[in-house]
Amino acid sequence: MANGNCISQGSQCRNSQFWTLLAVGGLVVLGALYAFFTLEHHGHVLTGMDNQIVWGLPHVFAVFLIVAASGVLNVASIGSVFGKSLYKARAPLSGMLALAMLAGGLAVLVLDLGRPDRLIVAMTHYNFKSIFAWNMIFYNGFFAIVGLYLITLMTRSLKQWSSTVGMAAFLWRIGLTTATGSIFGFIVARSGFNSALMAPMFIIMSFAYGLAVFLLVQSAMYWWNGIKLDERVLVRMKNLLAVFIAASMYFTIVFHLTNLYFAKQWEFERFILLDGGIYTTLFWVGQVLIGYIAPLALLFSPGSRHSVVTVMLAALLAILGGLAQMYVTIIGGQAFPMDMFPGYAVTSSFYDGVVAQYTPSMYEWLLGLGGIGIAFLATTVAVRVFKFMPQDDFAALESDTKA
Amino acid sequence: MSQPMQDSTTDRRDFLKAGTLVAGMTLGPGVLFYGVAHSRAPEEAASSDVRWGMLIDSAKCGDGCSDCVTACNTENGLEGKTGPQDTQYIRKLNIKDLRTGYVKELPMLCQHCENPPCVDVCPTGASMKRADGIVLVDRHSCIGCRYCMMACPYKARSFVHEPITNQNPEVPRGKGCVESCTFCVQRVDRDEEPACVEACNTNGHKAMLFGDLMNPESEISKALATQASTEVRADLGLNTGVRYQGI
Amino acid sequence: MASIRTMGTWIRTMTLVVVAAFLAAPSFNVMAGVDLPTIKKGKGDKCVDDNDYMRRHHPDLLNHHRDGTMRQGIRTTKYSLKGCVECHASEATGSVAASKEDFCAACHAYTAVKVDCWDCHATKPGKRPVHKPGSVTASPLMSTAQQGMKSGESK
Repeated sequence: MANGNCISQGSQCRNSQFWTLLAVGGLVVLGALYAFFTLEHHGHVLTGMDNQIVWGLPHVFAVFLIVAASGVLNVASIGSVFGKSLYKARAPLSGMLALAMLAGGLAVLVLDLGRPDRLIVAMTHYNFKSIFAWNMIFYNGFFAIVGLYLITLMTRSLKQWSSTVGMAAFLWRIGLTTATGSIFGFIVARSGFNSALMAPMFIIMSFAYGLAVFLLVQSAMYWWNGIKLDERVLVRMKNLLAVFIAASMYFTIVFHLTNLYFAKQWEFERFILLDGGIYTTLFWVGQVLIGYIAPLALLFSPGSRHSVVTVMLAALLAILGGLAQMYVTIIGGQAFPMDMFPGYAVTSSFYDGVVAQYTPSMYEWLLGLGGIGIAFLATTVAVRVFKFMPQDDFAALESDTKA
Repeated sequence: MSQPMQDSTTDRRDFLKAGTLVAGMTLGPGVLFYGVAHSRAPEEAASSDVRWGMLIDSAKCGDGCSDCVTACNTENGLEGKTGPQDTQYIRKLNIKDLRTGYVKELPMLCQHCENPPCVDVCPTGASMKRADGIVLVDRHSCIGCRYCMMACPYKARSFVHEPITNQNPEVPRGKGCVESCTFCVQRVDRDEEPACVEACNTNGHKAMLFGDLMNPESEISKALATQASTEVRADLGLNTGVRYQGI
Repeated sequence: MASIRTMGTWIRTMTLVVVAAFLAAPSFNVMAGVDLPTIKKGKGDKCVDDNDYMRRHHPDLLNHHRDGTMRQGIRTTKYSLKGCVECHASEATGSVAASKEDFCAACHAYTAVKVDCWDCHATKPGKRPVHKPGSVTASPLMSTAQQGMKSGESK
């Protein structure tokens, strides 16, 4: 612990690594701000988004960050709601990560609006029939509730309230992710979206993505501080990640199998599974192979319990698979032509009846990566200032497993 | 009104005749002018007693004709470009039956649904349905999130990707907001019909009919009552204001 | 020691005063009224309401009436935005916001209050469309009142 690479606890650390991380994160955020100001001035004409693909790469990153943010809170929920001491020790870090990632995702969403100067209008005019309006309430409430949760967790005098607030945070986050999935599930117009399965699928994917992010950040923190992650911790969290990834795969299978059953959905399934070009590639290679099969193989391979690197790799692959899944879901769902006249081939001057082309511009990459940058920057500063390093109580851990 | 106080029934009959005459003279011009007064005064709000709708007979729609599109572009100050990011309020669709090879052309525009998905999903309520059924975007509240564009089953909405200058003063539109066909609301409020309908009538095709769906005496209501018509994507249950014949 | 401390305080105070004076200097001109915007008179003999009333209340008028127009279709002639533009468009540019001397831009540039009306609304007057009720090619609206028409009215 005496090696000078620490970035937390404020003890006798060398500051240079911290400032380097801060500079990297700051540069990425600056890039996003540059992209934002350019787009705000010139309009979205500079992006690859158009009247056919209205939500593009920034939304892929934003929705991923938001879904993963609600999932990363799960670690704390397992502690506060289900009483597992292994996760209780990790609750503050999980709560902080949730806030940082939600901030990053929301920032990208807001910066991509056609009129971001109207944010006050959005905050004060609500159409409650719109699930998007409910999302705004859920997002803001999430900041408040998880902030309160963190306060109860990290203030000795308030610790007795952490279970209650933790339960509230858990329920609120279930509502948030359900609403996020329903943004797509409520769209009756498009073959790729209108499905009640969207909401629970997003919930289960949030479990997987959130835990994967948590594992990555936790492993990075331990490594920076020169502490070895105890095997007992590693084993349980890696098994949990495997369960969540398997559940996500299950939902994906059910979603596509059901679609394959409906004749009217065959075209869409053929598009995603067979001849959709980039979407087919991202689905099979990105979502399924990299996102499901490879991490499961890594996590269940013999000896993985001894290897932090294996688990970190599995988590990273799950995250990449998640980004691919978001791309296929959000952009693939838009690229597939809307079926206005079943049984007819439609052509027009407005790109009806054709698969929409989409190439993200540099500005969209900058904006999307900026969301990750904001989350990264917030996390780096937070772990430097506060005590987020999990303090495991191994005696309690043993009794937990015995109980 | 003073009447001689007589008990005879003939006086009562006279009174009734005189009264009816006076009443008729008072009310008659009102009925006469009902036609003129019926159109809404500018200071009056739109009312749900009226529902604007359109009937399009695709059989009369000319192959390769795009007069409706041109007229719409002129009226609304659109440039008429057809790139992926360019606005189109109305466009011609060419549909071909995959099994039979049958081909048909028809104009597609905002269908001004009674249960518009775009209005349901708008987070700020900018996408709205006016009392008389016209679906509009209130650009004062629109934040440009494009959710309505995702939700529209007819791909009727466009997003403005660039700053706009030299707008038509009747049709304000600008960067960052979503827009779509308004049934030429600026014309409807002046008791005129939309530019596309006028153009189609002028060139002789007469494929588009516009009018008040709530008025059983209007030309469109009579046409709908006597001839078969259908909604596009009727299975969605949106009760569109635009109906089609011949598809 | 006390005298040195007092001198130190005096030096610091004078430094701050001098710096504040330099920072405030650009506003001296404005406070003297040199930079006030000159508003040219619009066409016609009077504005829709008193100058003071308009100056004070035009944001309210705009904000409230726009909802009436947009959401309810109420198109008053007195407070119509198109009407404002027609009267107040400058002769030089033909617009109300093209240059800093134009009607709306003059005050708003001076007060640094950015308005986004002109992102969407036309800054130049257009040809006023003619209301055509009861014309020969009567709109379908007119045909809804057939029962009320007498001979002499064209269909």
